[in-house]
Amino acid sequence: MTGAELITLALLIPLAGAVGIAVTGRFPNLRETVTLVTAVALCATVLSILPLVQAGERPALDVVSLFPGVDMIFRIEPLGMLFGIIASSLWIVNSIYSIGYMRGNKEQRQTVFYVCFSIAIFGAVGVAFAGNLLTLFLFYEILTISTYPLVTHKANAEAKASGRVYLLILMGTSMMLLLPAIIWVLVEAGTTNFTPGGLLVNTTLSTGMIGLMLALFIFGIGKAAVMPVHSWLPAAMVAPTPVSALLHAVAVVKAGVFTVVKVVVYIFGVDFLATSGAGDWLTYVAGFTVIAASVIALMQDNLKRRLAYSTISQLSYIVLATAILTPISMIGAMLHIAMHAVSKITLFFAAGSIYTAAHKTEISQLDGIGRLMPWTMGAFAVGSLSMIGVPPTAGFISKWFMLSGGMESENWVAVGVIFLSTVLNACYFLPIVYRAFWRAPSEQDNHPPAHGEGPAPVVLALTITALGVLALFFFPDVPLGLAEAMMAEEIAR
Amino acid sequence: MNLLNEILAHYNYWITIFLMVAGVFTVVSKSNMIKRLVGLSIFQTSVYLLYLSPGKILGGTPPILDKAYTVYSNPLPHVLILTAIVVGVATLALGLALVVRINEAFGSIEEDEVVQAVYRDDHA
Amino acid sequence: MTVPGEINWHEHLPVLQVVVPLSGALLAAIVREGRLAWLVAMIACWAMPIISIALLTQVIASGPISYAMGGWPPPVGIEYRIDQANAYVMVFVSIMAALVMTYMPRSTADEIRPEKHGWYYACFLLCLAGLEGMLASGDAFNIFVFMEISSLSMYVLIALGSDRRALVAAYQYLMIGTLGATFYVIGVGLLFTMTGTLNLIDIASRLNQVEHARPILAAMAFIVVGLGLKIALFPMHLWLPNAYAFAPSAATAFIASTATKVAVYLLLRYLFSVFGVEIGFEATPASGLFLTLAVMAMIIASTIAIFERNVKRMLAYSSVAQIGYIMLGIGLVNQAGLTGGIAHLFNHAIIKGTLFLAIGCVVYATGITRVASMAGIGRTMPLTMGAFVTAGLGLIGVPGTAGFISKWYLVQAAIEAGMWWIAAVIVISSVLAVIYIGRIVEIAWFREPSDRQVRNPPPEMLAVTIALAAATIYFGIFTDFSGGGAAEAARVLFGGYPR
Repeated sequence: MTGAELITLALLIPLAGAVGIAVTGRFPNLRETVTLVTAVALCATVLSILPLVQAGERPALDVVSLFPGVDMIFRIEPLGMLFGIIASSLWIVNSIYSIGYMRGNKEQRQTVFYVCFSIAIFGAVGVAFAGNLLTLFLFYEILTISTYPLVTHKANAEAKASGRVYLLILMGTSMMLLLPAIIWVLVEAGTTNFTPGGLLVNTTLSTGMIGLMLALFIFGIGKAAVMPVHSWLPAAMVAPTPVSALLHAVAVVKAGVFTVVKVVVYIFGVDFLATSGAGDWLTYVAGFTVIAASVIALMQDNLKRRLAYSTISQLSYIVLATAILTPISMIGAMLHIAMHAVSKITLFFAAGSIYTAAHKTEISQLDGIGRLMPWTMGAFAVGSLSMIGVPPTAGFISKWFMLSGGMESENWVAVGVIFLSTVLNACYFLPIVYRAFWRAPSEQDNHPPAHGEGPAPVVLALTITALGVLALFFFPDVPLGLAEAMMAEEIAR
Repeated sequence: MNLLNEILAHYNYWITIFLMVAGVFTVVSKSNMIKRLVGLSIFQTSVYLLYLSPGKILGGTPPILDKAYTVYSNPLPHVLILTAIVVGVATLALGLALVVRINEAFGSIEEDEVVQAVYRDDHA
Repeated sequence: MTVPGEINWHEHLPVLQVVVPLSGALLAAIVREGRLAWLVAMIACWAMPIISIALLTQVIASGPISYAMGGWPPPVGIEYRIDQANAYVMVFVSIMAALVMTYMPRSTADEIRPEKHGWYYACFLLCLAGLEGMLASGDAFNIFVFMEISSLSMYVLIALGSDRRALVAAYQYLMIGTLGATFYVIGVGLLFTMTGTLNLIDIASRLNQVEHARPILAAMAFIVVGLGLKIALFPMHLWLPNAYAFAPSAATAFIASTATKVAVYLLLRYLFSVFGVEIGFEATPASGLFLTLAVMAMIIASTIAIFERNVKRMLAYSSVAQIGYIMLGIGLVNQAGLTGGIAHLFNHAIIKGTLFLAIGCVVYATGITRVASMAGIGRTMPLTMGAFVTAGLGLIGVPGTAGFISKWYLVQAAIEAGMWWIAAVIVISSVLAVIYIGRIVEIAWFREPSDRQVRNPPPEMLAVTIALAAATIYFGIFTDFSGGGAAEAARVLFGGYPR
């Protein structure tokens, strides 16, 4: 199969899956099978594109011309390949998890849930494989719209209010900031294609204008949750945990930072941005977000909210590493997209498992729960260590690269931020692990009903991702290889 | 003197403008719906004058094909205005029919009262 | 040459465009009985897209078509002149008429008394004839006649609404609309006095020979204001909200998608082809005026829409805002802006058509138009509300929908013209659209459905609504007609008439 055919297949599979799920909605077991089959098929398709990309090919697909000179095109390069693999492989695990969670909590309207999930993955794959800003914007918006019903799944007043925040911030930033930025690029450069080395390299923009354009992009990509456009992420925690897990730890936020990295590398160009100095402010903004979000996380008692602020912080690690603008730090940024995805999904899986089995949402309620749910809390511990960046977890590798990049370019602000936030991470993750295993359940709990682990699919899923966190430490070849390939194109210039 | 002559010579336009403004003023200021329709009619009539009066050539005749008549007044505006009169009549008829029905439905043909009734309906 | 007695239908397409609905109206009025009249109307309406598309393909292939009424050659006789600009508008006016007519029968039976159905269809066809005539005609006064034909029949259509407020709405529209048409006639009169002709091309070619510029500028002012009243350009929009709110649902869908669009086309024709860019925009502050009014329309009307309690009136204010978008494109006076404005004529027609048809289904099913009463309707009428949300996304301008295409062109035009604040206004009003559409979405899906009886809308109503909703997505991705056709129209208009 040619690259173009594989791309078409990768886009059509989740759409076909959505139709299949809608049709089999009345038969839950059949419906779940359709989801799993679709997810596996998608992963297989995406993985079969991997060898092509690793060999140096860049599969491309031209679909239709929307405007004169601006087509809907797809073009897979190493970064997009990485994101595509993450999204599709974690969809399988998340589907397994969802089955356990939705049934364990007897959630309503499960068919709508799975259909929207499928469409959201379609959006994520589209973002990953997009070949120009227009296509990326199209699928970026599909992602926002298809995740709105997922975020507001519970359909109560709280869900409605959170849905408003979610929609207004994401659509507001994308329409008011991102779209004008994209059209500005079109007016300046005549096209919006992602170009190795940067599209705007040959344009004559003043430093101020470049800085302004960069700002429009950074704050317009609301999914990257750079402060102050971050509030949608904690608000979206009202969603069921599978939604939080995949979308806000992997697909939606990763689409955001993916877009940021892609814009910096392929629209502005790393060298162009570095020599013009228009991106210096980004280090401070990202650094501020890293620290501020970590501090807020410390103050949260709700487990999912603490994880949400941790995500905001970790996302800005990626933005920070990108802002440093050295090849090593960019590799760190790319790696962190992958490492953080696997680690965070483990943490959310654990949180959902705790909710399903014990109906507990606050950290203060978690004393001694490690004894009753060893697998869940074990996975949580692994995920936490990865967030902090301790070997032998995946998070260590990406953090190493990010630190090296910072030190190499003598960007001491960035280095300081990374060190400080590592400490803060430890401060808000380790106590949870400690309480779970080493404290006895508090007496105020009124003898909680005895419970064991979460449902079997839930535990299976989180065990897989926890093992993945460990595996990525020992076998980081694929992500590392892709990251280096992307930077090789840059360095070769 | 010259200016006065100029102004007086264009008396047809002055009458046109007067009717135009009188018509629009009636539409805008009157509250009775029928009076407003009459104002609209006056406004439309002024437009007929606007077309017809410049078409008249002093010393001109209707276009009769005969060697004795060489200067014609422009007949085209008359044709146009016949059409416009028909349009005006149709508009007036439709407007009056609407006023009859509004009277049946609201019991009044004063714009203010009817608008108030509409407002009450909106907020019922 | 044709043999005497043999008719070459192909030659007469431009006039058939007007004659078919006109004779249909007469036939419907004679037939009088509701269902037979509807049948006559269906035949007439479905013949229209065929004629329009034939005209469009002919124009694209071989250039503008000139048809002399009664064989009298222009500029002596009345000429119908079809080029890329009006053929583009004709196509979607005809298609909307055909679709709405398919949708109409049971919606009409629900809202209008049976003895009036025959007249209702007759007036609908008259309105359609008037609109097509406005588009096809190349003679200034002839355009006025058709303008009034369409307007008068529109007043009747609106007055037939079931609520008594429809009568007042029709009366107010009559007042304002007649003022507008009369202003237009005054402008044409001034042009006629100065150039001696009524044929648009002839006027255009004689304008530069006129010694006194002031009557020409005055004529332009009168024509712009007159057409502005028909377009419902802010602040001359006051007739629109009530007219759309209280007319019968299907009539609203038709009027909302066509009436103001045809008036916009006329404005474009005058400003670009007849007066030309020098007189139209460089000698007057028209550009600044349009931009200011458009910006006010977009922001103020969208804000009012957020607080409206009647769904149809909310959509009407949304229409005023969208007309602001179109005027913005015109006011920017560059190719991209004009393309965006013309594309939005088409895109907004199908989007607003879908929205009003969907609300028509809701009215048929539940009899309500209050926003608050639409609680839970998303669960009981999923297909209808799905179509509504799809069109709503088009209104917001989400990529993948038709509305995005026009919005992209407009933002590009604003940035190219260096007017950043206008690009900002465009995107801000999109966010306002998110709010008022989001309000409906929340009420429709997040509240418990009331116990009110819901009867399912008949299949033809649902089918037409869903077809139009699919069209908003289709034309958001395959933009050859919506974008490409608009670009062609813009190019032709910008070029002006051959002088």
